[in-house]
Amino acid sequence: MTGRKKILIHFFVQNSTIIVFIVIFCLASFSSDVFLSNRNITNLLRQVAALSVVSFGMLLVVLTGGIDLSVGSVMAVASVTFALANATLGFFPSLFLTLLVCLVMGMFSGFMVAKMNMAPFIATLAMMIIGRGVALNAANGSPIQIKDPILTLLGRGYIGAIPVPVFAAFVTFVLLYIMLHYTAPGRIVIAVGSNEKAVNLTGIKVDRYKMLVYSLSGVLAGMGGVLTTSRTSVGSPILAEAFELDAIAAVVIGGASLAGGKGRILNTLFGVVILGTISNIMNLKDIPGYNQLVVKGLIIVIAVYLQGIQLSDLAWIKKITRILKSN
Amino acid sequence: MDSNRLELLDVSKSFSGVPVLKNVSVVVKRGEVHALLGENGAGKSTLIKILSGAYRKDSGKSIIDGREVNIRDPFEGKRNGIGVVYQEFTLANDLTVAENIFLDQLSEKGFIHWRSINRKAVGIIKDLGFEINPKSLVGELSVANKQIVEIAKALTVQAKILVLDEPTTVLAPGEVKDLFKVIKKIKERGTSIIYISHRLPEIFEIADNITVLKDGEIVGTRSVQEVDMDQLINMMIGRSISNLFPEKEYHNGELVCEVKEYTRKGIIEDISFSVRKGEILGFAGLVGSGRSEVMRALFGADMIDKGTLFLEGRKTTIDNTSKALKNKIAFVPEDRKEEGAILENSVAINMTLAILKRIKNKLGFLSSSSENKYCDEMIKKFNIKTHSLQTLMENLSGGNQQKVILAKWFLTNAKLLILDEPTRGVDVGAKSEIYELIKEMAKETGIIIVSSEMMEVIGLSHRVAVMREGRISKILEKDEISEVNIMKNAVPMESVEI
Ligand SMILES: Nc1ncnc2c1ncn2[C@@H]1O[C@H](COP(=O)(O)OP(=O)(O)OP(=O)(O)O)[C@@H](O)[C@H]1O
Ligand SMILES: [Mg+2]
Repeated sequence: MTGRKKILIHFFVQNSTIIVFIVIFCLASFSSDVFLSNRNITNLLRQVAALSVVSFGMLLVVLTGGIDLSVGSVMAVASVTFALANATLGFFPSLFLTLLVCLVMGMFSGFMVAKMNMAPFIATLAMMIIGRGVALNAANGSPIQIKDPILTLLGRGYIGAIPVPVFAAFVTFVLLYIMLHYTAPGRIVIAVGSNEKAVNLTGIKVDRYKMLVYSLSGVLAGMGGVLTTSRTSVGSPILAEAFELDAIAAVVIGGASLAGGKGRILNTLFGVVILGTISNIMNLKDIPGYNQLVVKGLIIVIAVYLQGIQLSDLAWIKKITRILKSN
Repeated sequence: MDSNRLELLDVSKSFSGVPVLKNVSVVVKRGEVHALLGENGAGKSTLIKILSGAYRKDSGKSIIDGREVNIRDPFEGKRNGIGVVYQEFTLANDLTVAENIFLDQLSEKGFIHWRSINRKAVGIIKDLGFEINPKSLVGELSVANKQIVEIAKALTVQAKILVLDEPTTVLAPGEVKDLFKVIKKIKERGTSIIYISHRLPEIFEIADNITVLKDGEIVGTRSVQEVDMDQLINMMIGRSISNLFPEKEYHNGELVCEVKEYTRKGIIEDISFSVRKGEILGFAGLVGSGRSEVMRALFGADMIDKGTLFLEGRKTTIDNTSKALKNKIAFVPEDRKEEGAILENSVAINMTLAILKRIKNKLGFLSSSSENKYCDEMIKKFNIKTHSLQTLMENLSGGNQQKVILAKWFLTNAKLLILDEPTRGVDVGAKSEIYELIKEMAKETGIIIVSSEMMEVIGLSHRVAVMREGRISKILEKDEISEVNIMKNAVPMESVEI
């Protein structure tokens, strides 16, 4: 293999998430005429807005070598909190209060991990259970109707041609992209995941940055909860069950390493869109929900397999090409 | 049968298009110690990894005992009788010593016979002349003991060829002697040993033949009798070095730091010393005498039970590392792999981690132009070999990783700079450059150097604190600094009396 060819393959392996996305997107466009319609694409994006915001938070946590299982429950708490607050307060005070509650939940997870030295899996598992309980309790176990025109606008409105939730998710993406790529905290977060000891001996307070990522994950989950709630205008304590699994899937499809230190937010975004596109096309094709799960799982396997490929593993591709050529 | 154990013929290898080995041929005879020398990044470790199957060669042949072998992974390497102690540790910290030593055998058998495994582990370690509890967790061992375990692990295969990639970097002089005894024993069995080290005196003591690599090409193979140190250095770096250590200059600056009665129960006791600006204070002692522990306490990485610290005359408490940094104390840890480098990140990220504040622009964003400016300057100053600033640390040779970490701390403009084994695994050329830089730095700061290379402590320090069993047994000044005086104060009391 020549050097240039190697670099080319290297490029493909590096950007496999984007390539998987392109392949799926092309398959989807060919298999359904509706898929590429303006309405469907807008709809698709609107559907993935909440997942993307929550996945960004998950990525931050995963970058430090942790995991946040509580995001689904935090979303439910957000949904219920907003509904209850909105009964007496206006939209913005309710939103503020909701995000504050979620921030505190995230901070508490962070506290358990950073200060109480608990394993992230366990700390956030506890938070996940607590959060769901709190949401069910506060809502008395049943959904709460919300009547707020601004919330409806958030769920259904547009800014220009862009749905409001998509806009909100995009702004979040840009802010976090800047944070991760161009600011000191972003860089330290990645460094912590790669070698915590080294970062500590550099004189950086590792604890603070751990608290930071869990707190941000809490706020972003809260935001995701409000976005999801805005679509139905119902505050629900059973909102977003198992949502954390989708967020983790998106992050992993986006090439992040659960061991920490590796992952790019642009790829997480593509991970989210891949998941969204799969659900969308299967809905268009009327594939039943159970089968959708199987396909989703397989896509995760393929995407993650492609990321793990080393150049030396590609020998079989060479062999196949040679056989094809000789025929 | 002819006497060649191993022949590597015309081996080439490149990483993403960049050639690292170019038509390298080496012949190793039966029962010899064959030294492999070369600058950092010359390709020594890469060659070894190709031999063992950790990397695959692009072209070339490996011949063992006259038969061509095609080793595609480390498992096949082992089956062909190749035992390797890699430059980087390959131990599992959460397993015991015995489990680590027999790790590959464990996976082959269904049941584990603990008692026999522990007994066998003790046997192997004793053969090496050491004593380590087979049941202790590897993560709790000192670096030196980890190295012993690593060697023991390589010896569990019936090795035809044993490769030691810089095995002595973490060992103290006495332990090196023990290791050499072991090497001689193994050699008598007919096993060939490939030995990589940057410590040239060792080479003359242990090697039979020497092959020098430079920039991925063979410079030549010589027998020890036909070369001297200068010729070797010349082969390695293409020029000679007249004085490894720069001339000592004594400045008498103001006190930078004064440590009084630092104590951490059972580990260090009653440690008192001071450092002036412009002064290099060396710390000598056997491995395990508590040198590194004193440094960690001083830097706030470990808590102390008792003791006071004065920085520039002011009483200061440092109980965490970020306070140390705020007070302009910098610390280059001894264990590069685990505590110094962030291997999965780029050279630039590693170099600027401690000075992120300085490369921020007014808006709080990291400015890549000022980052590049600092990094480029350091790469030039330290002569660091890397493809680019974005190259990942893990793709740098060991010595170049060390230079990046030193550069990171040189950038912090610290008032007190603690260097724990600053030239571990660094080639002679770079060593002399680093010594020169340390001397330059000493004009502006106080410097503490911990090193198990006695010549380094003697050659650089203005004063030397010798440690024994957690205490400072003596602080040597000017003319008192000598190998004899250091050893006399370093070895345990009992053995002095004998
Ligand atoms: N996996 C890799 N990917 C890309 N480049 C690599 C990789 N491994 C090594 N290199 C490059 O190959 C060159 C040779 O590295 P190698 O580790 O063999 O040097 P070395 O002679 O052992 O040096 P040292 O004395 O510092 O250990 C270096 O320039 C290094 O950057
Ligand atoms: Mg090496």
